[in-house]
Amino acid sequence: MKNILTIKDLHASIEGKQILKGIDLTVNAGEIHAIMGPNGSGKSTLSAVLTGNERYTVTHGEVTYCGKNLLEMAPEERSREGIFLSFQYPIEIPGVSMVNFLKVAVNEHRKHKGLEPMSAADFLKLLREKKELVGIDSELTNRSVNEGFSGGEKKKNEIFQMAMLEPTLAILDETDSGLDIDALRIVANGVNKLKNANNAIIVITHYQRLLDYIVPDYVHVLYNGKIIKSGTKELALELEEKGYDWVK
Amino acid sequence: MENNRFIEKLLAKAKEETPASNHYKFLKNNAITYLKDNGHPTQRHEDWLYTKLDTVFEVDWNLSPTTLSKISNIDEIFRCDVPDLDTYRIFLFNGYLYPEYLPLPEGITIYSIKDLWQKNPTLLERYFFSIAPLNHPFNAINAAMLTDGYFLHIKKGARADKPIQLINASIGHVPFLINQHNIILAEEGSEAQIIGCDHTLSPTKFFNNNITEIHLESNASLEYYSSQNTHNENNLFSSIYVEQLSHSRFYSNIITLHGGMIRNELHVNLNQSGTECSAYGLNLTDRKQHAESFTKIHHRAPACKSFQYYKGIFDDDATGAFTGKIYVDKEAQKTEAYQSNKNLLLTPTTKVNSRPQLEIYADDVKCSHGATTGQLDTNALFYMQARGIDRKEARMLLMYAFANEIVSKIKIQPLSHRIESLVNHRLRGELSRCANCVIKCE
Repeated sequence: MKNILTIKDLHASIEGKQILKGIDLTVNAGEIHAIMGPNGSGKSTLSAVLTGNERYTVTHGEVTYCGKNLLEMAPEERSREGIFLSFQYPIEIPGVSMVNFLKVAVNEHRKHKGLEPMSAADFLKLLREKKELVGIDSELTNRSVNEGFSGGEKKKNEIFQMAMLEPTLAILDETDSGLDIDALRIVANGVNKLKNANNAIIVITHYQRLLDYIVPDYVHVLYNGKIIKSGTKELALELEEKGYDWVK
Repeated sequence: MENNRFIEKLLAKAKEETPASNHYKFLKNNAITYLKDNGHPTQRHEDWLYTKLDTVFEVDWNLSPTTLSKISNIDEIFRCDVPDLDTYRIFLFNGYLYPEYLPLPEGITIYSIKDLWQKNPTLLERYFFSIAPLNHPFNAINAAMLTDGYFLHIKKGARADKPIQLINASIGHVPFLINQHNIILAEEGSEAQIIGCDHTLSPTKFFNNNITEIHLESNASLEYYSSQNTHNENNLFSSIYVEQLSHSRFYSNIITLHGGMIRNELHVNLNQSGTECSAYGLNLTDRKQHAESFTKIHHRAPACKSFQYYKGIFDDDATGAFTGKIYVDKEAQKTEAYQSNKNLLLTPTTKVNSRPQLEIYADDVKCSHGATTGQLDTNALFYMQARGIDRKEARMLLMYAFANEIVSKIKIQPLSHRIESLVNHRLRGELSRCANCVIKCE
């Protein structure tokens, strides 16, 4: 089985405060991993470190992504190599249209693969296809990136971008927060359609609810900067029932 | 007085000409007296706090020569054209109106100011320095050492079917002071779009000290665009004075792409009810450039509207300033006046001073003003990087989005596209290497 991500004894801090205190995790192609844990356990820090957010400092450990040293890569390189983060709080970028933003992003990815930029017609076709796949409002792509989007629209827009970029490793950071049941189903549906035997997904969530729709192969409990328990999807149900105090 | 030496030296160069008219003689003498009494301003003066005047006062300027040799390769010299933009194109070289141009539409005439002193002094006397005050140091310099300029007469009800483009080109081998004085008279119900383009065609130091007085009679409508793309040894002072009569509409959009020391003043008097004024401005600077916008909008009559939106992007060690004043007289009830200034500072060494000011004496008005200075949003940058867009390109997209709020307000499509592309090149730092440009800026 093809290895996608291997994290070894990862320590990371922000502004001198140690958040991750020794994470070990292996993700192979075709797998869905859920990372659960209480507030402040380090879930979002892990996603930020994996995507190269420079506010965080890796103090120890290593991360190998598809055989390459991930920590040496700039955020944009990681994206072009196939890492995608669905942001917990997608950023509004006034004045930059979704279409232009995606066109630049898609063409940067193509350039990385040695491909020519997409023609306008092909790009619009791709846009249409992917919009249908994740069921987002056609009009959203004419607006500025996330500007004035509702919470649900922002999350759908993240999955839409994931569909456009077809990542090898997608990290969904609390994609379920702020979503009503219908929106949750649509978003989860989109993710499931994008899942295949060659890619992998890490789902970061507080709640079991999302995992009813995106069914994980493995569930990990992150607490105080460490994975303290790992199991199969049943672990999530048990956590839901007993609370995090049960594993502490 | 230290700051008189510059003025004395300058005045000594002003040739004793036979004054064109007694009126002009009177104005000129007043201007000289003002300059002798007051010297030049320093940065201690309230209105000149942020202007880098040293770059003007350190130079031994020559007055632009009074004869203009025939220019045969005009289109070759001026190559920074706007493709697809069909205009009535008129050139001014070193402040002198170039006498060759295609006929203007019916009801619209252009004269050289110098010619008009001979041909129709009565018309000129009515409008020359009728809005711009003489007790302003650079206006006084303009009056005392006038070069030339244009008088654009748009007669009652006349409509320009395409924009009138006035290209100011500075060219020469020694430092030149150019005192250009323009007048636009837009009579009742007339409509026109004006595009002013400022260029430098040789790498010499220039000081363009330009005044444009604009009279809008009732129901007249004028759009005034200015694209300033000069080299970084150029000092460009451009002061626009506007007087509006009832239900006239004035729109201006001033894009500063490049230059050494730039100061754009806009003074608008809303003299009669129902007038509207919209003013936009964009300053793009880097290295040691300075760009400054200075506005005074005076609501003197009821039910007028004014709207100002000025933005600036400052890189490297560039500096800039915005001073915006809105006065609302007691009589000017039902005024709507808005003003906003936003600045983007790309490095810790740039410096911008923003002073939005409101003075309201009427009690039934809607007014607002605001100013921001800030950096590029690092969260937005990371978000774009996380989608594979490299940091440089992400910065570009953000800067471009910031600038586009002003550029998108240009109502002439081909001009808007051209400026869009110039802004894009500018923000990429490619403008100084522009293929069309004969100046290679350092």
